[in-house]
Amino acid sequence: MNVVSLKKENIMQKSEEAVTTAPAQPVVAVVTPLSTTAAKATAPKRGAWVATAKRGFEWLLPPVIGLMVFAAIWATVAALTQGLPGPVKTWQSAVELFSDPFYINNPNDMGIGWNILSSLQRVATGFGLAAIVGIPMGFVIGRYAFMSRMAAPIISLLKPVSPLAWLPIGLLVFKAANPAAIWVIFITAVWPMIINTAVGVSKVPQDYMNVAKVLNLSEWKVVTKILLPYVMPYMMTGVRLSIGAAWLVIVAAEMLTGGMGIGFWVWDEWNNLNVEHIIIAIFIVGIVGLLLEQLLVLVAKRYSYE
Amino acid sequence: MTTNVMQDRYVLIENVNMTFHTKKGSFQALKDINLNIREGEFISIIGHSGCGKSTVLNLIAGLLQPSEGYLFCAGREISKPGPERAVVFQNHSLLPWLTCFENVYLAVERVFGDKEGPAQLAERTRAALELVGLSHAIEKRPNEISGGMKQRVGIARALAMEPKVLLLDEPFGALDALTRAGLQDELMGIMARSGCTAVMVTHDVDEAVLLSDRIVMMTNGPAATIGEILDVDLPRPRKRLELVEDPAYTHLRSEVLKFLYERHAKKAA
Repeated sequence: MNVVSLKKENIMQKSEEAVTTAPAQPVVAVVTPLSTTAAKATAPKRGAWVATAKRGFEWLLPPVIGLMVFAAIWATVAALTQGLPGPVKTWQSAVELFSDPFYINNPNDMGIGWNILSSLQRVATGFGLAAIVGIPMGFVIGRYAFMSRMAAPIISLLKPVSPLAWLPIGLLVFKAANPAAIWVIFITAVWPMIINTAVGVSKVPQDYMNVAKVLNLSEWKVVTKILLPYVMPYMMTGVRLSIGAAWLVIVAAEMLTGGMGIGFWVWDEWNNLNVEHIIIAIFIVGIVGLLLEQLLVLVAKRYSYE
Repeated sequence: MTTNVMQDRYVLIENVNMTFHTKKGSFQALKDINLNIREGEFISIIGHSGCGKSTVLNLIAGLLQPSEGYLFCAGREISKPGPERAVVFQNHSLLPWLTCFENVYLAVERVFGDKEGPAQLAERTRAALELVGLSHAIEKRPNEISGGMKQRVGIARALAMEPKVLLLDEPFGALDALTRAGLQDELMGIMARSGCTAVMVTHDVDEAVLLSDRIVMMTNGPAATIGEILDVDLPRPRKRLELVEDPAYTHLRSEVLKFLYERHAKKAA
């Protein structure tokens, strides 16, 4: 699922770039088969604009059709199932919900905005702690064969365990729900960061390490000038994987811990039998996850040397 | 007297054997290598691929340790890489995330950083890049410049360290013939001016004859050793075009070719 969405985003991004940059470029540069004939026949500027619009339309068509098919299936299923709201009813409910996202009635009844922010805060804390621990650990494991072999059995044993299995341990140790949820996010996020960083470090080409040896670089220079820049793309992959996983897990963790957050909100609305809100929550989780990953794609691009 | 000995045996390789231990068993790459290199001399090591010529260079660089025997440079045993022995790598090995300037600066900073301030270090870096004719590409990244220019940066990085010995591992092997010729001429000029000792690994006969004072010809591996050493007594400065007609050049060239293709021919792999 991750892979598919990732690819789609890449395509979307590329096409977006193409659409936005094309008009700014000189007309000569836009020599696609579509535009050439038009450019020759009419005024060149208009021809290029028409071609751009046409490309934009062609790019937009498949996702729009896809969403329409999805909505149609949803509406059909909703019409046949008792109690399951269709797209229109859900939309109306969403408009109402988002008209006042930050109300506070009492600690157990706060606006959807607060719930999203509270989940994001938990993810950010757990994720940040995982980065602080995981990235340096990945460096050490990747750099020294001894450490790698030392860590290997622990990592391969603990990595396949569902992060939620750690929740009781968190509750026991921290004696509170909120730190326990953060602890679960930490466990979720830490493995991809350790593993991807370590893989990156171990893959640094021997040529670069020979340069380091011949120039007699200090360990600090080796890390900052060779390892860190080389490993950055691997690290960003790890970061992206872990934020995706962390966002997946937070809903489940909050359902169990309660309090506040998008996961708790879903559970609360289920108890209220407000199914529209549950469906809205599904969309919110999806959209926020998408935005988080997009954000990290941008960061990754910024720090990639290529 | 001692200085004389030092000059005659600036780089000294004594009874060196090199055996690699791999998962498939041990493999003797080099056997009984003995070589003296005079100060300021330009030596080429030539041989078929797989004869261990790069291994010899890596031993002098200190990137490898010999299984048996000793290597010395300026009277000291070579135990690890050092800035007095700079290496120009075959595939340039520039760090792609640094500009040409930063790549060279990294080396300069390490060698002279204790004694000189940032302004002087930057000046050294610029001078080295100017020496190889790259002043215009100083802020470019390696992937923005041609293969020949990358190799020039590699040479600038090595020269900027003001090494006593310059080690070149097939420095122009990956370049087209025209670029190669241009860089060979430049290298000749630079070496004449700096007076630095050089050891170059190559598989190009013309390159070896044109640049070297002596050509070390290696037998085929495994257990490769030095087959013959050819003195190249052509006067300097050497001009590529004049040499083509020179009978002495033609003779030397055919000597190397005979060694490689008659006495130590290698079956095509």
